[in-house]
Amino acid sequence: MAHYEIHMPASEEQIRKLRVNDTVTLHDTLFGIRDATQIHMFDHGRKTRFDMRGHAVVHTAPNVKWVGETMEHPSGYAPICIGTTTSARMERFTQPLMAQYGVRIIIGKGGLFAASAKAFKDIGGVYLAIIGGTAALETTWIEQIEEVDLDDLNPESLWKFRIKGFGPLLVAMDSHGGSLYTEVNAAAKDKRAGVLAALGVKS
Amino acid sequence: MKLDLKQVEEACKELYIRALKMLPPDIKQGFQQLDQAETNATGKAILGTMIRNIRVAEDNTNLLCQDTGIPIYNVVIGSGVEVDGHALKQAIVGGCTRATQEHPLRSSVVHPTTRKNLHTSGGRHVPVINIDFSDNSETLSIEMIPKGSGSENNSWLKMAIPADGIDAIKTFVIDCVLDAGGKSCPPVIVGVGVGGTADLCVHLSKVAATRPLGTKCEDPEGAKLEAELSAVVNKLGVGAQGLGGDSTAFAVHVETAATHITMNPVAVNMQCHSARRARATFTPQGLEYGY
Repeated sequence: MAHYEIHMPASEEQIRKLRVNDTVTLHDTLFGIRDATQIHMFDHGRKTRFDMRGHAVVHTAPNVKWVGETMEHPSGYAPICIGTTTSARMERFTQPLMAQYGVRIIIGKGGLFAASAKAFKDIGGVYLAIIGGTAALETTWIEQIEEVDLDDLNPESLWKFRIKGFGPLLVAMDSHGGSLYTEVNAAAKDKRAGVLAALGVKS
Repeated sequence: MKLDLKQVEEACKELYIRALKMLPPDIKQGFQQLDQAETNATGKAILGTMIRNIRVAEDNTNLLCQDTGIPIYNVVIGSGVEVDGHALKQAIVGGCTRATQEHPLRSSVVHPTTRKNLHTSGGRHVPVINIDFSDNSETLSIEMIPKGSGSENNSWLKMAIPADGIDAIKTFVIDCVLDAGGKSCPPVIVGVGVGGTADLCVHLSKVAATRPLGTKCEDPEGAKLEAELSAVVNKLGVGAQGLGGDSTAFAVHVETAATHITMNPVAVNMQCHSARRARATFTPQGLEYGY
């Protein structure tokens, strides 16, 4: 269980080093992406001007305030509260996000499934677990909303954040087929019969 | 008692913002209890981060979670309260819209097919407004619940049959907890509705999921069932955030309703660890905020 500090963007080599249960803190740049963003990118053929090669995306739709473009807020948006949503709904977008845009890190909560695990293995990517529902804390790791694209989808725009010490985050799925969620879910299913017996349920 | 609806609108705005920023004391205590009992190192670290987040939200007067949820207002009108019901609903919608635009808050509500966001946290039938009546003299209470989607997406209804008995109910609850895994942002409150019609059963599961920790079902049979389920749910090992450990749920809550001779319905609704609630109580003495 090692800890890594990664300045984004990351190389495939850096990502392949990461193993389940390692921790990672990210620096410099992070993209925010959500259901509608990816539905429009991958189902409706829309493109983003952002170069996301080697970068990390977090599953989010932030609370922001429009303040107008200034040096402090180049996108015109001031962050109010930025947190993370459940990743499971966005499972089918992991592969195209990595294959078409070169994304290497997905940050979310609750985990992803087999198709994402395969993409992480084939292309070289990881899933970093953030603690869902801790957005007040997560917001303190974000310095600025640098730019925004596809903003007609607001709040599900494509956000480019400048970050400082975003983490520590837990490597929950790695590029070698490891997944904490698979392990925990399998162990929990094994306990089902015992729990039902304790409840007096006749099998 | 006659209500000042301008004050009600203002309170409904305030309630949304308060609910998003201040976690009720019973939930904070629930965190302390889980933290003390947690034996898994990852689980312990996750609970520690969650507890720290509550403090950061209070220190920075920021939202606990970015999910502003679907706004729900539960209104209980006591005897002797004079109010124009339609105007009361308008005041609630007005307060909800103002909270969203004046704070501002992320409007998390869209049309179900066009996905258009009005940026008011509202739309057709939303905010959800539930109105009930009580014998509590000259008292009107409004409870506000921003129901997050991570937990709400983990909702189920099963129209079991009488021959399946209570075993079907218990099995269904355990299977829902397993199915939810980390998706519902555990530790959760597992809300279980038992009986009623299909819609009442689902509604009761929401009432159960949003009931304060430490409270019991008023039906002794429901109380017995929730105690049994609460005693075993954390043995599943799903854990905080679905990453393992003893902190799958704060509790299992059950609410019951009479049902048909041919029916045995059970519904499950999850409440995430950001189990937010705020309450405003109007009496002749004035307006008081609480949980």
